Amino acid sequence: MTRALALLRRRLVGSVFVLLIVVIGGFLLLEAAPGDAVDAYVVSTGGDAGMIELLRHRWGLDQSELTRLANYLWALLHLDLGQSVSFSRPIRDVILERLPTTLMLMGSATALSFGLGSALGIYAGARPGSFRDRFLSIGSLALYAVPGFWFGLVLIVFFAVDLRWLPIGGIETIASAKTGLARAADIATHLVLPVSALGFIYLALYLRMMRAGMAEAWRQDFVLAARARGLPRGRIVLAHVARNALLSLVTMLGLQSAQMLGGSVVIESVFAVPGLGRLAQEAVAGRDTPLLLGIILVSAVFVIVINLLVDLAYALLDPRVGAGEVGA
Amino acid sequence: MTGLLSIRDLTVRYRRDGVEVPALRGVSLDVEAGERLAIIGESGSGKSTLALAIAGLLAESAKIGGRIEWFLPASAGATERRSSALGEIQQRPLLGRDIGVVFQDPSSSLDPVMQVGKQIAEVARAHLNLTWADAYAKAKTLLERVRLPDPTSALRAYPHQLSGGQKQRVAIAAAIAAGPGFLIADEATSALDTIVQAEIVTLIRRLVTEDGMTLLFISHDIALASTLADRIAVLRHGELVEIGEARRIVETPGHAYTRALLDAHLGLDAKPLLDPQGASA
Amino acid sequence: MSRLRRFLRTPEAIAGAIILASLVVMALAAPLLFPGDPQAIAGPALLPPFQDWSLPLGTDRLGRDVLAELFHGARTSLAVGLAAAAAALLIGALVGTLAGFAGGLVDEMLMRVTDAFQTVPSFLLALAFVSIVGPSLGAVVAAIALGAWTGPARVARAEVLSIRERDYVAGARVIGMHPLEIALREVLPNALPPVLALSSVIVAAAILTEAALSFLGLGDPNRVTWGGMIAEGRTVLRTAPYLSIVPGIALVLTVLGVYLAGEGVVESTAIRRSLS
Repeated sequence: MTRALALLRRRLVGSVFVLLIVVIGGFLLLEAAPGDAVDAYVVSTGGDAGMIELLRHRWGLDQSELTRLANYLWALLHLDLGQSVSFSRPIRDVILERLPTTLMLMGSATALSFGLGSALGIYAGARPGSFRDRFLSIGSLALYAVPGFWFGLVLIVFFAVDLRWLPIGGIETIASAKTGLARAADIATHLVLPVSALGFIYLALYLRMMRAGMAEAWRQDFVLAARARGLPRGRIVLAHVARNALLSLVTMLGLQSAQMLGGSVVIESVFAVPGLGRLAQEAVAGRDTPLLLGIILVSAVFVIVINLLVDLAYALLDPRVGAGEVGA
Repeated sequence: MTGLLSIRDLTVRYRRDGVEVPALRGVSLDVEAGERLAIIGESGSGKSTLALAIAGLLAESAKIGGRIEWFLPASAGATERRSSALGEIQQRPLLGRDIGVVFQDPSSSLDPVMQVGKQIAEVARAHLNLTWADAYAKAKTLLERVRLPDPTSALRAYPHQLSGGQKQRVAIAAAIAAGPGFLIADEATSALDTIVQAEIVTLIRRLVTEDGMTLLFISHDIALASTLADRIAVLRHGELVEIGEARRIVETPGHAYTRALLDAHLGLDAKPLLDPQGASA
Repeated sequence: MSRLRRFLRTPEAIAGAIILASLVVMALAAPLLFPGDPQAIAGPALLPPFQDWSLPLGTDRLGRDVLAELFHGARTSLAVGLAAAAAALLIGALVGTLAGFAGGLVDEMLMRVTDAFQTVPSFLLALAFVSIVGPSLGAVVAAIALGAWTGPARVARAEVLSIRERDYVAGARVIGMHPLEIALREVLPNALPPVLALSSVIVAAAILTEAALSFLGLGDPNRVTWGGMIAEGRTVLRTAPYLSIVPGIALVLTVLGVYLAGEGVVESTAIRRSLS
């Protein structure tokens, strides 16, 4: 356990530094935006020059850049992300409202893509060069070429419009006032298509990684030794080859989280799911740069946390990590 | 001594980069039950190919000709009949159950992410139909037999936590876990330090004697092999050059190549090749 | 010539090459086959495909020629894909080489910056960039490159770290070459091949990202894009689903072609390396 903790501490320090760069970069981006929060506010609410100046002073926007950066960092330490221009509410509240939905969506999609992807990858990789291996290889490549948002639309056309099995969008039936298990079931039905759209694209990735990992593992000497010991083929495939290939997949989970978060933007837009991704799109549409920056910050934190967890998981799965002494 | 294995005119060809490379050319020899046969050769002599062919572990792309015939006692594990793909092998023994193989590099012949105890236990479980608890108990006994220090904690160790010699002991334990009657040691000592080499050879000699196994000892080191073997066979470029009693081969080699191999070992120290205690203790 | 033949050895590479070649032909032929503004009204709205042979794939919601839009969209996708990939590879190679060659504090700083860019989801970054700078072709290219340069940077740095120790670099230093000159003249060209191996993946990702940005309305409004076509078709999804489906198929085939061709190149260089 100490091995894992030492790793965690080292990574944590590095992550704080990276986060700082993201914050400063984000702040610079905010500065680069034409007009500031007051301009956007005035566009929707109206106001004269005097009011603009007053607001600028009240919101601290008339101070120097460095002062504003310092204020921003100070606010961040208090977990205050500023005020959303388009919602006229604290950004933190808006984000926290939408975050759980996206987490549900991404969690389910990851489970789908990782679970089914690695299972199919093991199936393909159990017999390299076989028909099913080649078929799944080409198939996964084609699937990986599919744009997520288009796939979502195709699913809608097929399942929601033609077959009417599933709802077109949203997270739950509007104004239905369901509670408890019925509500959970309702939400689940609404999530089926978005999760499938998000999950199936990345499924291709895990399938290919598992396939490649197994092809690599098959070449190892310990597989020949396992065959020489007369172990049944199934045991060799699962307990030895797949288990070794799994390590490379776990690393991928961390890298994937960032990509999937980006993917959720379009998927949530297509399916009108009120999550963080959709919020980003709304922020863009509403020219709400502070909100967009807040979302980027939260995403960065999320990715860092996921990567830390993945590193921990990897350290637990691979006994060679952090190894020091060799026996006498 | 009854005949155990009969090899007639064995030919093996590999396909490499579109070219066929012969590894064995028409090798014929017999193995008696309970004997210790050393196969000596330099790199490229085909000795490992011979071992793999006997074990039935050659790659599917290898082309095999000739016959490998087994004469297993009725008490051997289930045998199967196979044909065509492997030339003609009748009454084939089962890997693990009837044949045990120890490979050269203990660092790569063990799964790096599985505890060594489990790697031994799973062999016992696969062939002897034991529960995991019994299989682990057997693994512990085996670790004691191969003289691994502190077998109880060794069971939970991972390969990278052990030294080269210790890993090879584990590999040997896994190879004999199901009690095979035939042990193949393919350059089992070549990747180890000199002192450790001698220890492993001693270990193999003891185990083979205790269990009455037939031993096929593959090596490039004729001196090392002569301390262990009853008979020595010399391979060169895929052909059997000479075969005979160990003492006779070492003292009066018949073939010039064998003589050259022996000469390469006689240095200024010129210690006698055959240990006075004899190879058959 | 033998390099081409080796490339074409696998059926995947052949398929990829055919698809890409068709795409290039489409892109180049667009202004010839469909002169004029593809966004101009060409016929009655929502004409189904295969009804009128002057409008083979029908028309969209506003009466624009779908086939013309498809061909012109190919130009955008290809242009953005290639430009963004080139920019990402260039920036990445430069940063990676500098980091690997300079070492020490410069390396640390550059790597932390790379980490920062990798931590932020690249699509969100692209979204923010385009929303601030305004939707134009150049903005889209820059936005995509901002997210894609980190991969080449890491690969370049790894290569440079291993090349740095080699003899010809030491030789250059001995004759008094300026470090920057060594970095750019000796090290960078040798670090390039593994970086270029990433190019097909980056092009594919760029095409998909551009489509997603256009779908969300952040593409260049003066240009036809397949993503934009899909977004347009969404409004009539119930009645004319093919308007959204057809451009998507074009995207899938294009990206698949890029992947297959890329794998073909990797295969052929791998074969060459194993034979030598």
